[in-house]
Amino acid sequence: MNDTLANTEKKTAYILTLPAVLLVFSIILFPIFANIWISFKEVELKDIRIPEPRAKKIVKSISDEPTKIKILYKLRNSSLIQEIRDVSFQDSFPKNFEIENLDPRCSYEKYNLKCEFGNWPAKYRENFQVIFATNDGSKIDKKNLKSIKPKLDGKSDNILLNTNFTLKNFKKVLFENEFIDLLLTTFYYTFFGTVGSIIFGILTAQMVNQKFYGRTFMRSVLLFPYVAPVVALAYTWELLLDPNSGTLNSLLLNYQIIETPINLLGQKYIEISILGFDFKLRLALTTVIMFEIWRYFPLAFLFILARLQAIPKELYEAADVDGASPFQKFFNITLPQITAVISILFMIRFIWNFNKFEDVFLLTGGASGTRTLPINVYQQGFAISDIGMGSAVSIVIVALLLMFMFFYFKLLGKRVDEN
Amino acid sequence: MRIKNTILFSLISTFFLIFLISIWKILATLQGLSINSFNIEIIFIFGLLISLAHLGIGDRIKSIHKSIIFSSIFVFCDGYLIQKLPIWYNVGVFLILYFFINKISKYTFIGLKEEHSTQVILFDFLTLFGILFFSFVILFPFYMMLVTSFKTQIALLVNPLDFSINFAQDIKDLFKSYFVIFKSYKFGKYIVTSTIVSVGTVIITLLFAIPAAYAVARLNFFGKTFLSTSILIIYMFPAIVLVIPLYTIFSQLGLRNSIEGLLIVYTATTLPVAIYMLQGYFKSIPKELEEAAILDKLSWFGIIIKIIIPLSIPAISSVALYVFMIAWNEFLFSLMFLDNPNSFTLSRAIQYLSGDAETPRQYLMAGSVVVTLPVLFIFVYFEKYLVSGLTAGSVKG
Repeated sequence: MNDTLANTEKKTAYILTLPAVLLVFSIILFPIFANIWISFKEVELKDIRIPEPRAKKIVKSISDEPTKIKILYKLRNSSLIQEIRDVSFQDSFPKNFEIENLDPRCSYEKYNLKCEFGNWPAKYRENFQVIFATNDGSKIDKKNLKSIKPKLDGKSDNILLNTNFTLKNFKKVLFENEFIDLLLTTFYYTFFGTVGSIIFGILTAQMVNQKFYGRTFMRSVLLFPYVAPVVALAYTWELLLDPNSGTLNSLLLNYQIIETPINLLGQKYIEISILGFDFKLRLALTTVIMFEIWRYFPLAFLFILARLQAIPKELYEAADVDGASPFQKFFNITLPQITAVISILFMIRFIWNFNKFEDVFLLTGGASGTRTLPINVYQQGFAISDIGMGSAVSIVIVALLLMFMFFYFKLLGKRVDEN
Repeated sequence: MRIKNTILFSLISTFFLIFLISIWKILATLQGLSINSFNIEIIFIFGLLISLAHLGIGDRIKSIHKSIIFSSIFVFCDGYLIQKLPIWYNVGVFLILYFFINKISKYTFIGLKEEHSTQVILFDFLTLFGILFFSFVILFPFYMMLVTSFKTQIALLVNPLDFSINFAQDIKDLFKSYFVIFKSYKFGKYIVTSTIVSVGTVIITLLFAIPAAYAVARLNFFGKTFLSTSILIIYMFPAIVLVIPLYTIFSQLGLRNSIEGLLIVYTATTLPVAIYMLQGYFKSIPKELEEAAILDKLSWFGIIIKIIIPLSIPAISSVALYVFMIAWNEFLFSLMFLDNPNSFTLSRAIQYLSGDAETPRQYLMAGSVVVTLPVLFIFVYFEKYLVSGLTAGSVKG
């Protein structure tokens, strides 16, 4: 009895989870494997369209002969690069039609015209014409004839399914001299974006954790950048930072802080001298990182605030009795309590920033030194139309992320052991 | 000790005052006033004088009188420095000073003797400074987005700093950008598409996620631990890695430029987190309720419909809102899969609009307002639910 109950439970569980598992498998897991497959192939954007045999049917009446009709099929191979093999053709006609000129490739049986056209090379075109006459002398309805569509069929290689593999994509990705630059840009973007958002998160969480008038309102406002659509925010920032009539530049000019407008999103480097040291700052990249921090610090804020509110009040009361200063309290009580949250946040944000595409794409499109790896996936795959290369770049991203996670957990594991 | 504290106190409070006045000046500049200098040096001297005078006078005058006297003096001097400014600007300065003096009035000369008083002061002012700074930095772009959508191209080019809105003009002129984007750019259609896609994603995700989450939370079956751990790992998988294979597959299946295609992808990407959030909540529902239902010979389906769903309305709403927000804001997949303007979502439409350099910026901003408002409205209205959703699912983004 118990056994059958357990069995029904199992069955129910599988029925309940199956739809979700199938969907996630086909849309997330399968594509990941497909990505590995594609990355070892030379595929371009135009190759992914499957070649089709096509026919356009044109019906022409023959003057003075109302019982006869001329039908022209414009046949073509839709693909410019691939051939189609064993093209077959079929079209049906009303029950009083007799054919006048039968092509040797075709047969006409039971008012069905069937043809075997053989192989069509790429870009193949042919005008194929047949003439019909009614056997009972009745007039022909052209509209009816047009409405029947011919059926075509043929075999072609799906370039994605053949087994020609190459390492060319990976060689290009890894050994082209810009790879190091790409990697560095991605690293700067990810690292400073992550650290910055966590620092701002700590500051704001500490702030909102105190009592003041309008605190709940403040909490909502701090989450605005995170919940609003990225498209709207990115374009607003673009307008704000525009060098010609952007608000920020106009303000700075108005208050005579700068003399000429700064193109914050379009200038790769800016020379800065501090204390006699001149160095070059990656300006556009810095701006993009600022946007990144602005948009994602609310998340760190939310996490850290939740943790701060869970710290027992007694700890602070005891510290007050001991005469601790606010800074001592922050460094000796608050910080140790939130390190766990921060390390989780760091990992999560690092991974997501590493893959961030939309923000940079919308702000700069990857120009002026802001090309990160995810932007490169898009540019290789869709701007240069090299799907294989794009895939290879995304595989490199996954590999780097797995490496990062491996080291991170090893490091974290060590620290936990030490404690 | 007391002297050091006094100096620090007056410096900190002075910097705070400079910050307050500067923000007010920036806001005034954006209303079209021509102010060309922050006059930091003068405000610095005034700030120091006010703080010191405040400490010196102490309780000898009623604090309200003190505030009014100091504020008036400051306003007169400020008004003398920058002349021909409208009265509302000076009223603003007066109120800021009043607020400032009220803030510093809780610090007394005697209080400065206490241990850690500098740190306490620094902490207090940093908090105040932070509140104002972050409100400004966050709200300013939203403010600009809204205000730009009410301006005209010419006005923006003539004086890019003048964001004052003329409410006296005809309502048709005021909302001109909105009329244009709805009439000429078919934004009405995009709103419908975006709504169908987002609401559809929510419904399908819930249909798939509730049974699966129930199974993970309550039933014993082979592969359960594997399933529940892989949910989160899958969730961490970056969308950019899925884009190329999905693009090729969807191209071959003819699913590009279709709402169905978007629905499938959005559902699949939000399912893991929906299951994760729901199963956590389902586990907190007492088991006894279901045991009673099993005795009543209710099927698993009946249990889910009659017991689980009514009890977990809060969790389901937060999942629904969170999923709605993700689907509404989604950009990457809509960029990849949609290239026919007839099937655009709002985000994709705005990006398409911006691709044309001729598009006036106020149209772009009007579009941005249209796409942002629903999300912010939902967020503010259902904040309680959404915040719990955000914390649980916040690995995404």
